[in-house]
Amino acid sequence: MVPLSYYLMLGGFLFACGVVGFLIKRNIITIFMSIELMLNGVNLSFVAFAAHWHALAGQIFVFFVMVVAAAEAAVGLAIIIAVYRTRETLNVDQVNLLKL
Amino acid sequence: MSIHLILFLAFGAVCVAGAVNLLAQSHPINSALSLIAVMAALAGEYLLLGAEFLAAVQVIVYAGAIMVLFVFTIMLLNAGEEERTKGSRVAVLFGIPGILLGSVLVGWVILRHSGTEAVAAGALPGDPRTIGQLLFHEFLLPFEITSVLILIAIMGAVVLASKPPTSPAGGEVRQVD
Amino acid sequence: MALPIWLFILVSVIKSGVVLGVLLTAVAYTVWLERKVVGHMQNRWGPTRVGPFGLLQPAADGIKFLFKEDLTPPHVYKPLFLAAPLIAVIFALTSISVIPFGNSITIRGYTIPLQITDVNTGLLLILGVTSIGVYGVALAGWSSNNKYSLLGGLRASAQMVSYEIALGLSLAGVLMMSGSLSLREIVKAQGGHFWGFIPHWNIFNGQFIGFFCYLMAAYAETNRIPFDLPEAETELVAGYHTEYSAMKFAMFFMAEYANMITVACLATLLFFGGWNGPLFGPAVLQAILPVFWFVAKIFGFLFLYIWVRGTLPRFRYDQLMAFGWKFLLPLALVNLIATAIAVAW
Repeated sequence: MVPLSYYLMLGGFLFACGVVGFLIKRNIITIFMSIELMLNGVNLSFVAFAAHWHALAGQIFVFFVMVVAAAEAAVGLAIIIAVYRTRETLNVDQVNLLKL
Repeated sequence: MSIHLILFLAFGAVCVAGAVNLLAQSHPINSALSLIAVMAALAGEYLLLGAEFLAAVQVIVYAGAIMVLFVFTIMLLNAGEEERTKGSRVAVLFGIPGILLGSVLVGWVILRHSGTEAVAAGALPGDPRTIGQLLFHEFLLPFEITSVLILIAIMGAVVLASKPPTSPAGGEVRQVD
Repeated sequence: MALPIWLFILVSVIKSGVVLGVLLTAVAYTVWLERKVVGHMQNRWGPTRVGPFGLLQPAADGIKFLFKEDLTPPHVYKPLFLAAPLIAVIFALTSISVIPFGNSITIRGYTIPLQITDVNTGLLLILGVTSIGVYGVALAGWSSNNKYSLLGGLRASAQMVSYEIALGLSLAGVLMMSGSLSLREIVKAQGGHFWGFIPHWNIFNGQFIGFFCYLMAAYAETNRIPFDLPEAETELVAGYHTEYSAMKFAMFFMAEYANMITVACLATLLFFGGWNGPLFGPAVLQAILPVFWFVAKIFGFLFLYIWVRGTLPRFRYDQLMAFGWKFLLPLALVNLIATAIAVAW
């Protein structure tokens, strides 16, 4: 039998990797993928808790997280394409015109 | 060492390897493929918890549609390998130990408090009938709102990604008086 | 009687081996069938020299592919170049694992269903595998480092992703009528007859529009004529498999024909009653006859695929995408609504 804490730790590890990726990566698309990794870690925690406490709403919430992630991916990638068109680069360090 | 634990560890190992590989690779396409591997292994974890419909939706929607969008963007923008800048070196130096410390702390707290209560394999009733009844009875309003959200996202993506109008469109110059 | 665990594993391995062997042979002979049928439609013989009626032609082709020079161009992105055909083939062959071929057979008191595994959400598994199969095409096009391959790969994957929606929606009508995602249950719901002689298949039960949508969407998913612009020779050289030679090219070919066979199996199971057919004769014959009817219906569908290939011209890419989004998707939605009203009545 698998204790609940194992699922939570796996979800937490995925979330932590997402945060690390968000902080250390310089390519916009990879940063975006780290956000998706974070969302996946959270989804695993939702489903694990739903299984543990027999609260089926946890599963349904994962659907909504997936839908929101899809909408966010579509709009975010459109923004990335627009940024690439004007700045000709995908490196976030070079998109710094508003910096002091 | 039940088969449940072995399968959990197998899928978990793929998840962990994929997540670490996403961080370690410098070319975005390799990171994207690692993320697809993570999502597929997560679908296996959902199956172990009994959420069979959710596992199928994870593969069809997340790994099969959203990640295809990412892969298209990487291919079309011809994203090359990453460069190491000063900011990224600082972030690696402070970020990775910091997050490791944070996650060890969180892991310790989790282990202290939830202990060894086990989740049975297939504990959730995850069949489509149950999910359909929940989704269309109790959660009908969020369902409709998310469909409006997707519509907004489609319109937003089309507007943002379309080519800007070449100037001067129309031709007339407005007089300011 | 339920099987003990070791016998279950042994039977599963045997079933997988048999099904895979039969599938790969069927893929090879579908190529032969296509060459013969298209040849006769074009008023010429197909292959005739190798064996009687050219029946050993697939063997000759296989030997040729093995001995051809397997060239990897220097400018490709090697890991993905090697992995893309593997992805395409693996996922094309995976979807056969949930397809039931007949009722259960009983050997020495043990009941063995004629299916590798009966998953509750079998239909979703096939849709998921179809979604992942898009990566084989997209990665092949990109890793070839060649503008024609990239364009062909992007067009093909955009086409496959667009028609997946129409595919899923056209299946939803069948799901509403059967009430289950398990393929075996869907076929069981189609047993029996109307008025004594019209079989209770879904296509006669009101799903004619659903069948039409499914067929169109499936032709586009498998990149076959009239939807095969991304891999037509006169267009983008050869699309996403331009830079591939010998065995890797053969793997893309195998993947395409395996997808065709999967589509034919699904159409049979969902709309034409699967293995339901007239049963007669002694008990041994009655156990094998369902499989025979199933194979006969699949053969009919493959013939239909090849017939359409020999007859219709191909769509231009914008016509193709407009057809998928502006015609098939609304039609599938209308089918869904009509079926919902009919079921709720």
